[in-house]
Amino acid sequence: MNRTLRRRYLRDRVMVGLVGLGTAAVLVPLFFILYYVLVQGIGALDLAFFTRPPAPPGETGGGMLPAIAGSLVVDTLALLMAAVFGVAAGVLLAEYPDHPLNPPLRLVVDVMAGLPAILMGLVAFALVVRPMGHFSGLSGSVALALLMIPIVTRATEGVLKLVPWELTEAGLALGLPRWRVIVNLVLPAARGGILTGLMLSLARGAGEAAPLLFTAFGNPYLTANPLEPMDTLPLKLYVYAISPYPDWHRQAWGAALLLAAAIMAASYLARRAFRR
Amino acid sequence: MPDWIYRRLGDRLFAALVVFLALGVVAAALLVALVLYQGSALAFRTFGFFGFLTSQAWDAVRGQFGAWPPLAGTLITASAALLLAFFPALAAAIYVVEYAPRWLKEPVAYLIDLLAALPSVVYGLWGLFVLVPPVRDGLERPLFTWAAVHAPALVPLLGPPTGIGLLSATLVLALMIVPYASSLARDALALVPQSQREAMFALGATRWEVVRRVVIPYARAGIFSGVVLALARALGETMAVTMLIGNAVNLPYTVFGPAATMASLIANEFTEADTDLHLSALIAVGFVLLLLSLLTNLVAGWMLRRLARGEGRR
Amino acid sequence: MSQPYRMETQNLSVYYGKHPGVRGVSLPVHDRRVTALIGPSGCGKTTFLRALNRMHDLTPGVRVEGRVLLDGEDVYAPGVDPVVVRRRVGMVFQRPTPFPTMSIFENVVAGLRLVGVRDRRVLGQAAERALRMAALWDEVKDRLHAPAVDLSGGQQQRLSIARALAVEPEVLLMDEPTSALDPISTQAIEDLLTELKNSVTIVIVTHNMQQAARVSDYTAFFLDGEMVEFDATDRLFTNPADPRTEAYITGRFG
Ligand SMILES: Nc1ncnc2c1ncn2[C@@H]1O[C@H](COP(=O)(O)OP(=O)(O)OP(=O)(O)O)[C@@H](O)[C@H]1O
Ligand SMILES: [Mg+2]
Repeated sequence: MNRTLRRRYLRDRVMVGLVGLGTAAVLVPLFFILYYVLVQGIGALDLAFFTRPPAPPGETGGGMLPAIAGSLVVDTLALLMAAVFGVAAGVLLAEYPDHPLNPPLRLVVDVMAGLPAILMGLVAFALVVRPMGHFSGLSGSVALALLMIPIVTRATEGVLKLVPWELTEAGLALGLPRWRVIVNLVLPAARGGILTGLMLSLARGAGEAAPLLFTAFGNPYLTANPLEPMDTLPLKLYVYAISPYPDWHRQAWGAALLLAAAIMAASYLARRAFRR
Repeated sequence: MPDWIYRRLGDRLFAALVVFLALGVVAAALLVALVLYQGSALAFRTFGFFGFLTSQAWDAVRGQFGAWPPLAGTLITASAALLLAFFPALAAAIYVVEYAPRWLKEPVAYLIDLLAALPSVVYGLWGLFVLVPPVRDGLERPLFTWAAVHAPALVPLLGPPTGIGLLSATLVLALMIVPYASSLARDALALVPQSQREAMFALGATRWEVVRRVVIPYARAGIFSGVVLALARALGETMAVTMLIGNAVNLPYTVFGPAATMASLIANEFTEADTDLHLSALIAVGFVLLLLSLLTNLVAGWMLRRLARGEGRR
Repeated sequence: MSQPYRMETQNLSVYYGKHPGVRGVSLPVHDRRVTALIGPSGCGKTTFLRALNRMHDLTPGVRVEGRVLLDGEDVYAPGVDPVVVRRRVGMVFQRPTPFPTMSIFENVVAGLRLVGVRDRRVLGQAAERALRMAALWDEVKDRLHAPAVDLSGGQQQRLSIARALAVEPEVLLMDEPTSALDPISTQAIEDLLTELKNSVTIVIVTHNMQQAARVSDYTAFFLDGEMVEFDATDRLFTNPADPRTEAYITGRFG
């Protein structure tokens, strides 16, 4: 009895050690990543970074203004599309549970959520870039929206199902038609959760470069027209990182820090919206 | 405004709008499949579906394309990354749920979730400038020199110790899926009812025995489906791999040497493809990637449904 | 040499943060007798019971004060191993807790596997003995390797009892073990208690006063975290010393 007990405790101790070691193996490298992004990035975030167009290859100086502006445009458009389609799909799943479209819709949302982002780029290329004949910010937004819709739909459906049925009944009892109940009572009650879903989808979409490689494509000149090719931060980060120029590497770290901060902010907002 | 317009028509119109937009989502998904299928038609017609899958040639100049090298590269990197990531990810999840003091649970979980949200390009950048130099000088070179002297047979297996290649890409891929897998495993462990743990403690079990015999078995379906989802993510991960793998589409792959995955191949060559056949071959690689991730996601979904059914019985 | 009591609490208090769930309870637990804890909901019965085998150690923020003696030694003394305490003082919970990934057989022998018993014959005999004691053997002997979750609720609770008995505890703590059971299963478990007390010391929490009167030798009445009265069961039910006890057992209470 006593010898087995000692052995059991030994095993207990060893496993505590292994679990701690495994956790450290996860946290230490991840900590290093955050550290480098912060330390290397902070030096690159000067005024020029935010206000200047890129310098010609090999020259120092210049900034990321076109990429920052492009990110804002492309991500906003993508968020709008994802919101319209994603929330509508969530409303259908939660508020019209018997609708015949729901089983295929649910399958489709599950499947799309697991697809590699680069495939969305291929699709947007075929659907938007080919017919237009050239790359464009809009096609990038379409690719990102395809990626973001399942996230919004799932969040919307989940939070709508948490809204008590009594609220709908109370609204109907007041003589409101169903659509007014949904628009004026149910959706406002679920606002926080829907906002969370939108923020999470934005955090996901804003960091993607793969589906933009052959849709938004990149553009060294400042433009606000989504029908033209556009740069975004992740795209520029990629191009600069694999370039041979040290000053571009420096700016790539700046872009990484800016992206990480934006994504942190989005997920922080998502958490706060959900709490309320 | 007459009442019936406001009621009947309002309800009809609203429902129609919702259904129309939801149909758009379904249509988008169907388009994904259709576009990839049609786009790959030329490649499959030229080489045959299985011919394309099994051919080792990828030569744009001679118009020869086969998916086997990037398919192998994808399978190798993804499964090796998963092997590396699995135990640390599970350990971190177990630590947060079972061992960490209460005040530490939230911050650690938050940190892990944050890192799961960090973009692929950021991991790629970090890998390129922080990870590659020590991997090259501290791991690949010494191993290579050692092998050159003591085990020359290993040299062709190891490949050139340049730091850019299969090994670096796999390491960064593992780092990227660790937070994701850990987060999913944590969700599964957190679902285990406290009463299950207490029942085992009451039999005189140590904490590890409770974890090993009760908590992990209870959560196993959730953990496994998390693993499969992490694998699915590793299969399609693009930017970081593209930045680190060296993009050489030629078998046989070596441990250190450059290689390619399906996603990195598409990312790397798509804008440069200047023949219809090359473009179609790249889309066909995307189609194969689609099939592969459908397969893994179906397995994960099946595991989760089994989990849900098991709970219904409890 | 024989201890006066198998277990004994001295001035035992349990705090959830600042809120006391149990205050200053001193209660003797007689060897190989059944001691019942009764009292209105929220009066601290579960809290008290869980202090006896150090289950509170597992919940952060819970503090235990006072002493809990097992064979004269404080189980909260420094150097005492809670794992050993829990092995000697077993516990059955209010709701059945079968381990869903294990078969009926594996559930019963789970505690023995912990201490490294591997011999299939030994395990088989122990399982049969425990299942017979818990009055479950006849119902499951043909499907020992079926999943435990396939059993009915009442069977699952008897399985939980068998699992606790299989490690041969000296003391068995039972928290309303029959509250989720039908009358027949309840009867089976009450019979089991009478049987068991030849070999095991039992502390049972119950809401059902007839049950306390039927199965127990001693009864303690709890109110608002304090122990109001402790006495031999027949005396406490026929001639309670405290008017609050009388009010409770005659049903004139909250
Ligand atoms: N985990 C906890 N955290 C904080 N307070 C608790 C906790 N568990 C119990 N309490 C409080 O301690 C007091 C005693 O609770 P306990 O569960 O011991 O009562 P009980 O007599 O077992 O009731 P019942 O008959 O309903 O099971 C109650 O006031 C309860 O609110
Ligand atoms: Mg209780």
